[in-house]
Amino acid sequence: MSSYEARFKVWRGDVRGGGLAEFTVEVNDGEVVLDIVHRIQATQAPDLAVRWNCKAGKCGSCSAEINGRPRLLCMTRMSVFTQDETITVTPLRAFPVVRDLVTDVGFNYAKAREVPAFVPPPGVAPGDYRMAQRDVDRSQEFRKCIECFLCQDTCHVVRDHEENKPAFAGPRFLMRVAELDMHPLDAAAETGLDRKTTAQDEHGLGYCNITKCCTEVCPEGIRITDNALIPLKERAADRKYDPLVWLGSKIGRRTTDRPR
Amino acid sequence: MSVVDRQEWDVVVIGAGGAGLRAAIEARERGARTAVVCKSLFGKAHTVMAEGGIAAAMGNVNSGDGWQVHFRDTLRGGKFLNQWRMAELHAKEAPDRVWELETWGALFDRTADGRISQRNFGGHEYPRLAHVGDRTGLELIRTLQQKIVALQQQDKAETGEYESRLKVFQECTVTRVLKDGDRVSGVFGYERESGRFLVLEAPSVVVATGGIGKSFKVTSNSWEYTGDGHALALLAGAPLLNMEFVQFHPTGMVWPPSVKGILVTESVRGDGGVLRNSEGKRFMFDYIPDVFKEKYAESEDEGDRWYEDPDHHRRPPELLPRDEVARAINSEVKAGRGSPHGGVFLDVSTRMPAEVIRRRLPSMYHQFKELADVDITAEAMEVGPTCHYVMGGIAVDSDTAAARGVPGLYAAGEVAGGMHGSNRLGGNSLSDLLVFGRRAGRHAAEHAAEQTAGRPAVDDAQVDAAAAEALRPFSAEGPGADPETAAARAPENPYTLHQELQQTMNDLVGIIRREGEMEQALERLSDLRVRAARAGVEGHRQFNPGWHLALDLRNMLLVSECVARAALERTESRGGHTREDHPAMERRWRHVNLLCALADRDPADPAPGQITLTREDTQPIRPDLLALFEKEELVKYLAEEELYE
Amino acid sequence: MATGTEPHPDGRGVRTATRAAISARHLRTDRWWLSPAGTAAGLLAFVVYSTWRAFADAHYYSAPYVSPFYSPCLAERCQTMHSGPNADLFGSWWALSPAIIILVFPLGFRLTCYYYRKAYYRGFWASPPACAVAEPHATYSGETRFPLVLQNLHRYFFYAAILVAGVLTYDTVLAFRDSGHHWGHMGLGTLLFVVNVALIWAYTLSCHSCRHIVGGKLKHFSRHPVRYRAWRFVGTLNARHMLLAWASLVSVGVTDFYVYLLSSGAFDDPRFF
Repeated sequence: MSSYEARFKVWRGDVRGGGLAEFTVEVNDGEVVLDIVHRIQATQAPDLAVRWNCKAGKCGSCSAEINGRPRLLCMTRMSVFTQDETITVTPLRAFPVVRDLVTDVGFNYAKAREVPAFVPPPGVAPGDYRMAQRDVDRSQEFRKCIECFLCQDTCHVVRDHEENKPAFAGPRFLMRVAELDMHPLDAAAETGLDRKTTAQDEHGLGYCNITKCCTEVCPEGIRITDNALIPLKERAADRKYDPLVWLGSKIGRRTTDRPR
Repeated sequence: MSVVDRQEWDVVVIGAGGAGLRAAIEARERGARTAVVCKSLFGKAHTVMAEGGIAAAMGNVNSGDGWQVHFRDTLRGGKFLNQWRMAELHAKEAPDRVWELETWGALFDRTADGRISQRNFGGHEYPRLAHVGDRTGLELIRTLQQKIVALQQQDKAETGEYESRLKVFQECTVTRVLKDGDRVSGVFGYERESGRFLVLEAPSVVVATGGIGKSFKVTSNSWEYTGDGHALALLAGAPLLNMEFVQFHPTGMVWPPSVKGILVTESVRGDGGVLRNSEGKRFMFDYIPDVFKEKYAESEDEGDRWYEDPDHHRRPPELLPRDEVARAINSEVKAGRGSPHGGVFLDVSTRMPAEVIRRRLPSMYHQFKELADVDITAEAMEVGPTCHYVMGGIAVDSDTAAARGVPGLYAAGEVAGGMHGSNRLGGNSLSDLLVFGRRAGRHAAEHAAEQTAGRPAVDDAQVDAAAAEALRPFSAEGPGADPETAAARAPENPYTLHQELQQTMNDLVGIIRREGEMEQALERLSDLRVRAARAGVEGHRQFNPGWHLALDLRNMLLVSECVARAALERTESRGGHTREDHPAMERRWRHVNLLCALADRDPADPAPGQITLTREDTQPIRPDLLALFEKEELVKYLAEEELYE
Repeated sequence: MATGTEPHPDGRGVRTATRAAISARHLRTDRWWLSPAGTAAGLLAFVVYSTWRAFADAHYYSAPYVSPFYSPCLAERCQTMHSGPNADLFGSWWALSPAIIILVFPLGFRLTCYYYRKAYYRGFWASPPACAVAEPHATYSGETRFPLVLQNLHRYFFYAAILVAGVLTYDTVLAFRDSGHHWGHMGLGTLLFVVNVALIWAYTLSCHSCRHIVGGKLKHFSRHPVRYRAWRFVGTLNARHMLLAWASLVSVGVTDFYVYLLSSGAFDDPRFF
């Protein structure tokens, strides 16, 4: 088992300011960046703030930026770096900083509330739900999401434009809209809620310019852009930019409103 | 005194895992204004780590299943020490709890006819676990989280405020349950982010804080599992039940060191994975205990045929209850037949095509690939036992989930004791969270509604004392002028104390226990308590992990003492408690519960033990439930007099 | 702990006052600029080449091959191609290169394509240049307003692209003739045409709009087994959309250039039979 001393720069500070603090710290075989941050905590900076939980890539708590790239601290192995590299760890840069590596991710919880919940099909009792596996596959992919919010962090729509935050739900929650719209038993349409239209009108789907950074950073490998955002854009286009559909709805052929 | 934010609620739920969220949903739906307090962000609770599934006898895959069969399996798994009424309620209500999740948007894997698919698991007679790949816990937590949001959306529509009836206080830690006389009056805690103190006044408090695994070195549990709820209940005067039973999951990762303990789901074995030692032998066939002899295959051939045709063959011994498998692995490693990094081999690569492995066990594939550079479709995993679950917990009333002796205090989920007896079956945890989370929420809401004569009042003196206790680590004594005593008074590093505690529990009160070692453990715990009273921290109160850990140490030390004392007392081996000096399961211990309570000590002197232990006879099992078993089976567990009652 | 950098009082983006005070626009240490630079260079090269060829109005037919840039050829000024894709729809008033008439459609298809959008937003617009690298623009409204809201019209260009691909398929069939228009022959050009038309079809069918239309729009696959299979097939292609976009771009350029070489007499088509 080999071990070496690595050089780390960790952003320390709070909303009043801060900077990169330098540490030299021991690294052992098989360790991940979170292990090193914990070692710094235990031996050099006991009050270094960092969020973490499961340390197995399942809870999505330890999101940060390593060498400028949004990543999970617990799933970034030290072996991907060379031994003489200085590793820079900063908090997520799209959200307000709280302290050190901890940011205020309240934006995401606010957006989660803005997506209307699953609407159970009327008249179907619990236990009587029948769904084919092929019909739930798509939504299941999106439900793999661990809500690490790395996609929300990397998305330039809000990362580079704070002013877009009120209008834009971000990839995670547009994907949630897609998940519900593809849910085989969601009965939102029957209650007059058209998720396809609201994706654009209320959740800011139009801001997405499909540059795919959300897909690139997703630690679960969910194909957010190809499987959620673009299909949602196409569904919105069905509603809003398809004259045939528009004409159909005008003359009473409301086929598209029926779940198919 | 410090500024304290005070709020009034009807029900406060501590913990936002499966049990806590289910309790909160129930309380809110029954009209109680409900606050949920959790240490992490909303939706990050340890429940997300559950992989295999939710056990519920829906009979979707094998129609022979039913609540009676599930009840039997649960009691067998728990070696008949279970609080049988809980096991009964659990088996009866679990299917409804799973179906209800679907109406909230959960998407389980499906059978060909569109029902919820169910998989095999250790100790379950039929395929019983509703699952979503190997990320069932995530599905559960997300569904409950989204149901909470749905309720908040309703409240917003009706009242204009999302949080008017149901609020989640995320990243807050509760350090004390407050009381008015005997009754619960609220909780005291701090916000991790700001360090500000918080008092939530409420006549009902539901404890749903999960387990205690962080007191052990090798564990599958996250940092949150510091036994907070166990300690809060103890400090509030409620007893803990059977704390000696700690489940070591047989398959945790053993390499690399930084991930040692991380869980390898039991579904790997349920789906066909086999355990081999360094000689390539499927050693589990040598470890089938007498009580299970009739239920398990005797040869590899027979075991393998079970995967295809479970009705006509007996299951392979890899699917024995977790305690048996963990002990077997431990013995193989001790006998020198372990893998290079001190585990055994768990192999699916030779049993299933790579494509199938990636589809059925996606997160295991991912976990080994990312963390250990092991491709499980091509090579065997190395696994070993890891501290996973505590069967012991707050002693509760089976029907209401009310903690004993403290009106207004409820407990559900892992923090509650009794349901699983001496050993929990895989999959029974998630269903336990839902069944008893709902019951706790319901009775907490009813209790709050009954307080018409006046709510219990929060005592300012208790708040001040709690605040002083929480602030103490900032004023830890420094070395005095006298060099003689300086070393003895230096502030202690909480991280060091925590590591020493974990090492102590792992080495001395671990999977195999001996009297002398446990006595030694109690001495070390005493020493650690003394030092923990001097745990000091740097910096300020804003998101300070050192401070948080210093406060959590109190809980871990209390709970560890309970585990060690109860383990020393129970001179037999049963389920999650294995005594090398008393290797047999004794029928005379079958009906004995061990209760831990806080001893009446001088708080200024932490050295003497904090816990007193009492024995209690369990309630006899109801005859109609007993009748579900064959007489021949019962004689293996029950004492003579119990059989003829 | 106000050490080092103070927050910028009126910074934007990653320098917004509430965010962690880090003055660098990004802290990436890898060669993040390589990919957008490569994309921009590749697209630019194609734009330059295709502009030259589209406006050249010459060297686009060499029997039996017609350049994909000029097919179908819809003006009176078009060279006559024996049973080729000629149709004098525009008459004599069209004074520009006839390539312009038809190139609008594949150009529109590719301009509104979900992959090319990503490529040029990143490569040319730097919006963003790479992930977690701050973009230089002060404001951003994405595809919410004119003109970019027109990207939603992608599906109409897809329909047009199907027609164009049909014509190119016809051209490819005609390429199995010799220069005297006799059937049953094949040359190097024929091979190029086959490869090109295959790539064009693969790219066209792998389009996200196509994936939506064949099945993605459905809520219940189980009620539409045929469309489900079609959706799966298109999905497999769609996963390689980027690759197909580049491959077909190169192949169409190479095919045109080959026709140019033959037509200008710089090269003779090697005949196989």
